[in-house]
Amino acid sequence: MSEAVVVADRLTKRFDGFTAVDGVSFEVHSGEVVGYLGPNGSGKTTTIRMLLGLLLPSDGQARVFGFDSVRQAEAIRARVGYMSQKFALYDDLTAGENLAFYAGVYGVVDARQQRAALDLVGLKGIDGTRASELPIGWRQRLALATAIVHQPSLLILDEPTSGVDPVARRSFWDLIYRLAEDGATVFVTTHYMDEAEYCTRVGIMRRGRLLAMDSPDDLKRNALPGLAWDVYAERMLPALDALQALQGVKRAGLAGDHLRAITGQEGTAAAIEAGLSGHGLQSLRVERTEPTLEDVFLALAGD
Amino acid sequence: MPALIQVNDLRRSFGRVRAVDGLSLSIDAGEVFALVGPDGAGKTTVMRLICGALRADSGSVLLAGEDLARRPEHARANLGYLPQRFSLYGELTVLENLRFFAELRGLPTREWLPRSREILDFVGLADFGERRAEALSGGMKQKLGLAAALVHRPSILLLDEPTGGVDPVTRQSFWQLIIRLLGQGVAVLVSTPYMDEAARCSRVGFMARGQLLLQGRPAEVVRSLQGRILEVKAEPRRRAEELAREVSEVEDVQAFGDRLHLRLRAGAGSGVEQRLAAQFAAGGVECSRMHQVPPNLEDVFIAQLQAEAPVSTVPPVDPDGAHIRNQPQRRAR
Repeated sequence: MSEAVVVADRLTKRFDGFTAVDGVSFEVHSGEVVGYLGPNGSGKTTTIRMLLGLLLPSDGQARVFGFDSVRQAEAIRARVGYMSQKFALYDDLTAGENLAFYAGVYGVVDARQQRAALDLVGLKGIDGTRASELPIGWRQRLALATAIVHQPSLLILDEPTSGVDPVARRSFWDLIYRLAEDGATVFVTTHYMDEAEYCTRVGIMRRGRLLAMDSPDDLKRNALPGLAWDVYAERMLPALDALQALQGVKRAGLAGDHLRAITGQEGTAAAIEAGLSGHGLQSLRVERTEPTLEDVFLALAGD
Repeated sequence: MPALIQVNDLRRSFGRVRAVDGLSLSIDAGEVFALVGPDGAGKTTVMRLICGALRADSGSVLLAGEDLARRPEHARANLGYLPQRFSLYGELTVLENLRFFAELRGLPTREWLPRSREILDFVGLADFGERRAEALSGGMKQKLGLAAALVHRPSILLLDEPTGGVDPVTRQSFWQLIIRLLGQGVAVLVSTPYMDEAARCSRVGFMARGQLLLQGRPAEVVRSLQGRILEVKAEPRRRAEELAREVSEVEDVQAFGDRLHLRLRAGAGSGVEQRLAAQFAAGGVECSRMHQVPPNLEDVFIAQLQAEAPVSTVPPVDPDGAHIRNQPQRRAR
């Protein structure tokens, strides 16, 4: 097993009256790309703030590169690149000035290193453009450049792809993988399940607790209690209602242009078809499919 | 019955930028139309033009038959709008927020409370009427936003990226609400970065540079790529991607979760699968699955954008100064 870059040990944060992060333990190893998922408000960002030493744990501890997040936060921050949900850019400054500012914060004086960061994210030649004038996909990349200008070996990215279009999102992930191939370790939160599929391992949080952390394949094998079915019906709404009421169906929902149902191990296509045609629903197609991470997420994090 | 939303040749420029450039669409009762496109394509401007927050340079918007330019109050009476960043009053309770929007929308005093309770019940917030809005979770705030947009029983609903930054659980329940509204005869225009959401809409329009490049039922829209998408599961994936790009019939390669989608050039012969298999074998890639799959909307989205190369698209990553292979030529404009 490669060396642990991040070790969270029973990490806990209580605010007045509620526990935002509740005894979370995990490790992130060198070279991994770990996805950290969970509903809004489940404690993902609070976990990150504790890892970075920005927030004091109420209990438990975190070590990053062996440094204690409370006592040695500065040593951690010098080695970590952090990109927050709201890209922290100065709108009135140009791209180059934004980068120079962050380089200064990290003590990077070499202008070549700054240019290298811009080149790496594919933004060569936009130094002179004001941050406010950049399209969102470029702002996202500039924010990444400011997070990697000091060549950190751990990247912590908090919903980096929120609000960007599908094509920009794809090329952003190409970048993340390029950085990982060059030896960076990546810890990233996202609401996009297809992005989570790209990760080495995925953790799922709910109400402050880490429910599971495993490879996408193992999560699908072990964390989903049952079988997944694609159900194609002419009229979606009555079919959805009927599926949700059907005995043996643990969960039914929308999936692209059709419906998806999770049943117990005993579920069969014939039983689902029979259940639906009992409601007068015709022209059905029911197919057994492989579970997706979204199925796992909805099963674990759903109400 | 006429369409509930009827937009004809809508245009709006900001300085020299043509944000919306001759856009027409129509949406009937019970239909949901998905507007998708790259950032900066003009989707939000379209929403703002249709809800009357912005004035069009030319073209017309009819809402339930009422001309937005001639009779704005009548036209807008039929409309509910959930902007990308909607504001709620954090220090007011859920019910107080709804009362505010109900009064703004001219709902009679005796009606607002029963209607508010009804709509809270519909969005699943019935037990939270007395909670202050700032104490709601992200998903609940989203539902309160929807309730506020629906409080005056509009027959037309505009939703501007309602599920951006929203987790899958919330997204799922939000869409189940939308589907229920369609059953009540509401017409919905929604913009979204999620192609799986667009796929369940009655129709989808791809927007770039202020224009609708393509619109139709999802099943029609994907037909342009019928037979041209190969799904491949192979390890190591990055190597498989590189090798696939070297095969001349392969126009583009994209990762879809743990699979690759290879888009073949139009008219590529059937021998391509064998050539790919040989290529993988020679390159030390283990391919556990390769078969043709029906194209999905994201395949179409990517193909459209690559063909158009709109100015707002982020440039390809180019760390070595070398040109990335298989980038389509920019079309002369």
